[in-house]
Amino acid sequence: MTAPLLQVDDLVKHYRLPRERLLATAPQVRALEGVSFTLQAGRSLGVVGESGSGKSTLARLVMALESPSAGQVRLEGQDLHALPPAALRAARDKLQMVFQDPYGSLDPRRTVLHTVTEPLRVLHGAGAAEQQQRATEVLHAVGLGPEALAKYPHEFSGGQRQRIAIARALITRPKLIVADEPVSALDVSVQAQVLNLMQDLQQQFGLAFLFISHDLAVVDMVCDEVIVLYQGRIVERGAPAQLFRQAAHPYTRALLAAVPRLQPGLRRSAPPTPAAMPPAVPAGAEGCAFLTRCRFADARCARERPPLRDLQPGGLHAAACHAAEAVTAMPQNV
Amino acid sequence: MTPLLEVTDLRVTLHTARGPADALRGVSFTLQRGDTVGLIGESGCGKSITALALMGLLPDGARVAGSIRFGGQELSTLDEDALCALRGGRIGMIFQEPMTALNPLHTIGRQIAEPLRLHKGLSAAAARAEALRLLQRVQLPQAEKRLDAYPHQMSGGQRQRVVIAIALACGPDLLIADEPTTALDVTIQREVLDLIAELVAEDGMGLLLISHDLGVMAETVQRMLVMYGGTVVESGPTAQVFERLAHPYTRGLFAARPQLGLPRGTRLATIPGRVPELADLPAGCPFAERCSRVVDDCRRALPAPVAVGPDHAARCLRLDAKEASRA
Repeated sequence: MTAPLLQVDDLVKHYRLPRERLLATAPQVRALEGVSFTLQAGRSLGVVGESGSGKSTLARLVMALESPSAGQVRLEGQDLHALPPAALRAARDKLQMVFQDPYGSLDPRRTVLHTVTEPLRVLHGAGAAEQQQRATEVLHAVGLGPEALAKYPHEFSGGQRQRIAIARALITRPKLIVADEPVSALDVSVQAQVLNLMQDLQQQFGLAFLFISHDLAVVDMVCDEVIVLYQGRIVERGAPAQLFRQAAHPYTRALLAAVPRLQPGLRRSAPPTPAAMPPAVPAGAEGCAFLTRCRFADARCARERPPLRDLQPGGLHAAACHAAEAVTAMPQNV
Repeated sequence: MTPLLEVTDLRVTLHTARGPADALRGVSFTLQRGDTVGLIGESGCGKSITALALMGLLPDGARVAGSIRFGGQELSTLDEDALCALRGGRIGMIFQEPMTALNPLHTIGRQIAEPLRLHKGLSAAAARAEALRLLQRVQLPQAEKRLDAYPHQMSGGQRQRVVIAIALACGPDLLIADEPTTALDVTIQREVLDLIAELVAEDGMGLLLISHDLGVMAETVQRMLVMYGGTVVESGPTAQVFERLAHPYTRGLFAARPQLGLPRGTRLATIPGRVPELADLPAGCPFAERCSRVVDDCRRALPAPVAVGPDHAARCLRLDAKEASRA
């Protein structure tokens, strides 16, 4: 059996903060606390969660821009973080990234040709003729004409800039594109164009997407599978159809309840507030991270952290909640 | 009764490197105390320029024509001193990005106390006590401790609560909120919107909410103005606008918005082309280049608002005969 395109095993990343006093131990931020998933070629995995949940740390580790504190990122079976530098550089062909802000991610002093072909020069040392030809091809794929090559980023609108950023990611013919909030800086009408383009490109080139977004509706539409991160851990995983319509984790429910709907006048009552006093965490125990925000929390949640467990055979839907069955059974308005 | 805010044919011309740009081309609306009105549109449509014009904060070289009457007083001709007396006093503003709206070098308490001391002449001690009350009112946990905290010690949602506390400090009659939740997580967005709605209802002030998000509009405002290319292309009660979608641009915005429940691989309806540059707006309907129902007449002159229902109008020549006759 061939290895999956991307396999992430028990990924942990702790950042050390500056110490507050000279002799104090330096405080740590636990950005990721053991995240595992697989992504097959040509599929899309969505990652959702609030800021600080570890979404962007995950992206940086998958892109091998930083090393994990523990755990592995395997691309077609190769552990990226154990590769020698030359081999890692060769592997970078297969993975590219699209960033959130198309104003910050393109160098204003470089022409589009220079920006789009940079991965080719760095990774392959490709000649000028090949660069020109490949650049024309990828710009065509994202719907821009060859006249764009000689222009500078300021001559383009936000949506066009994001197309250029996508072209830059495509030029190495990658198998995986990590897209960190690729449309959240764009206007609604332009966002739709870029989302359609990304879906077309996925079909055309058999790309896999690791699609990071805070917009649940976007993830619902473009992803085959979704993981929900909360404080560095996966709290729920499943196909969007299941996860967004029969969510099993109270956090996923809270996220869904907060999405504004297109029904005027329907001021939904604020989601039920958690019990005034969450159960106290016994000394030495590490309870559920969502404890203080959860209205289902009881003594067991304070005592033992719920592991991510399958809710149905086949591992298609999993949640890290002691009360997952009860939560799933509750009606949900979408 | 004099409306709290009456904007009539507001026109703003900005001075840009590419020559004069008509940023607003005749915006009119009224707002009573207790009303909630939303301005929705994409970047460059003029919604933020409208807010800045109301506050007298337009960039240098901007020319303003038309009238902005606030409680019967004309604002567009007021001098800077008189505007200063209003801003932060009877008109409060919530900005989009709470990190840049707050001064990183001053404590939270001092920043909330500033308008109280300036506008109400409170003593330092009285202003501090009032600041504490305001922080409790915006439901900031551990308000007393936070008075001496700096902005960097707080999360985005907490900072936005502080910005709201500052805007409310002097009990304004009008609250202008420019994309107050765009920089926040969806769960925090819900809390902040609920808080704003609650405070507006309690104090009976007028709210002008600016947003690009249809969902935020639907849940927060009674009336909405859809802006495009420096004009209001459709305006009416929120429920009616959502039901009728009279203007082709309003319709396009709705169709382009991803919604929960769309199956995997759904292609969104897009609006072809791009938002026009303010510096070279066409003489006619600004949406003409992207509109599927365009006819020659659309390009000749900016269409006048056509009533499509009670208090509901759209600037479009191609409204169905049926729609126009229902007015």
